[in-house]
Amino acid sequence: MESADYLAVVLRLVLSAAILLTVMPLTIYLERKGSAFIQGRPGPNRAALFGVFRMGGLAHVLADVIKLVSKEDIIPAGVNRFYFKLAPIIVAFIPLTTFMIVPIADVIRLSDTFATPMATLQLDGGLLWFFAMTSLSVYGVVFAGWASNSKFSLLGGIRSTAQLLSYEIPMALAVVAMMLTYGTVQPNEMVRAQGELLWGFLPQWGIFLQPLGFILFITCAFAEINRVPFDLAEGEAELVAGYHTEYSGMRFGLFFMAEYMALVTSGALTVTMFLGGWQLPWLPTERLVADAGTLMPWFIGGAGLLLGAASGRLIRHYQEYTRGRWGDARDFEPLVFSALFALGFIAHGAAAGWVWGVVKAGEALPGWLPPLFAAGVQISVFTAKLLFLCWCFVWVRWTLPRFRYDQVMDLGWKSLLPLSLFNLLLTGVLMLQPWGREVLPVAPVVTLGLMWVWKRYLVPSQARVPATSRLVVGEEASA
Amino acid sequence: MKVDRVKPGEGIESAYLWHIVKGLGVTVGHTVRQLVGSQPVQTKEYPEVRKEMPEGYRGKHRLLQKESGDPKCTACMMCATVCPAACIHIEAGEHPDPKVEKFPVSFDIDLLKCVFCGMCVEACPVDAIRMDSGVYTFADFQRDDFVVHKDELLRTPSQWSDPV
Repeated sequence: MESADYLAVVLRLVLSAAILLTVMPLTIYLERKGSAFIQGRPGPNRAALFGVFRMGGLAHVLADVIKLVSKEDIIPAGVNRFYFKLAPIIVAFIPLTTFMIVPIADVIRLSDTFATPMATLQLDGGLLWFFAMTSLSVYGVVFAGWASNSKFSLLGGIRSTAQLLSYEIPMALAVVAMMLTYGTVQPNEMVRAQGELLWGFLPQWGIFLQPLGFILFITCAFAEINRVPFDLAEGEAELVAGYHTEYSGMRFGLFFMAEYMALVTSGALTVTMFLGGWQLPWLPTERLVADAGTLMPWFIGGAGLLLGAASGRLIRHYQEYTRGRWGDARDFEPLVFSALFALGFIAHGAAAGWVWGVVKAGEALPGWLPPLFAAGVQISVFTAKLLFLCWCFVWVRWTLPRFRYDQVMDLGWKSLLPLSLFNLLLTGVLMLQPWGREVLPVAPVVTLGLMWVWKRYLVPSQARVPATSRLVVGEEASA
Repeated sequence: MKVDRVKPGEGIESAYLWHIVKGLGVTVGHTVRQLVGSQPVQTKEYPEVRKEMPEGYRGKHRLLQKESGDPKCTACMMCATVCPAACIHIEAGEHPDPKVEKFPVSFDIDLLKCVFCGMCVEACPVDAIRMDSGVYTFADFQRDDFVVHKDELLRTPSQWSDPV
């Protein structure tokens, strides 16, 4: 490897980690603010940097971390110290390593000799790495539950283990169906294949080709990261806080942040497999690079306009809301950020104008610029999709109640597992016919039809009532 | 016992998904309405904005004044006598004005002992003590600070600008 290759490895490592570790606190912010808006509250808005910069509540995320780091780290008597300390490390390690296979942009081809893929980890196994790492994540929970020497922790750990093991199978089967669909285990190849058009107009995103697979995968993803509606492992009404009951200070903080890192990683994998990854629909990488001269002013100018609009909105916010509200420096916070956005607006405008001028003059752009532009667009698109998916996770959490334990097991083994097996079978059969992916969207129709026939004609009516909800009362009980 | 059972749904009702989508619609509706500001925030930003207590709410006590600025209280000790928590301590004194019989030299209420029953207000023959200040937050650093004295009781305004 040449020195440029080493540099590329470091660069993409930093970029991947930067995306994961910036989207993670943003998700925590989204969670707090989103839940507030869903419940009609204003949400966190108190913490302020230097007593001035509240950033709409974003400073709370920082304040939380400082609080967690500076708290006392209590290790209760009677715990197994080795596993007790190991557990949060494992839990935080898994999502970080899983995220490394996610391509955040297409391969960057800077010159004929130098090209670098944009996923940190280049493995022949591809998505198999994802299987390998997610199945390890159960260890962190088990260790935490067992080593804590507490009933609540142990029960939480046991529940979590059963749940993770149950939902791993349908999740893996859903991913295998995706591998069959795109004929590759490489995430980047998968994303590239999703850029092709279905029936000439629809991008072949996983969600269009495999709607059933998408539902299966995302349901299992919720269960895998122990999130509502499957967060039985920390059902606070029964188990205090589940497997991390005995943890405090930053060890608890690691569990907390690992939860959100796992959320972001699941979201990133969902985006990669089902929402076209870094794909901008109808604009493949080749087109972005080739037409960079005409596209760049539009994209950069558009981003600049967004910043300008944000700047203007903040000035209005100042006029309507914060002018003279406190009578100190806090009043001017929107103006500071407005000025920053305005600077961004000017910088974007200048860049767009420069590119436009160069193209207008008939000169060629420097060779390194178009690939970097394409990568920048793709990273932005990926991050936007990722943030949307993170919002969906938050959204579902504040909408749905928690499942009962036996319902979770029922759903996993009696619904998701047969469905994912059937989905895999159907995908395999459909991929064998000559039109390939073009006819794949009929699969959910066939599935639903067969399900209806199954329920209507093949299952006796009494058995259709789930045993758990059958209440034996009155005459029936005495009979 | 007759129990109305929820029948398991048929067709699309039997899958969770349809109802999940409906629920998601409700929550995103709330979010969007609050984002664009068409739905008011349901909570108060507490220390700055305080809830207006309902009329008749028994909060911190206050002493009423005559037009001359003297306390209306005649130090008759009715409130101190009726108080079930024995939290009112009054010291009576001679007033320089011969027309005024007595007045309280000191009037202390121990808020830590007070049970906020309102008997003192009921007992007062001259309507000198009321509990309509609307103050419901008592926080301080020392026990002594919870004993409110005459001056503070006289200063405390009513929550309502036009008390009945």
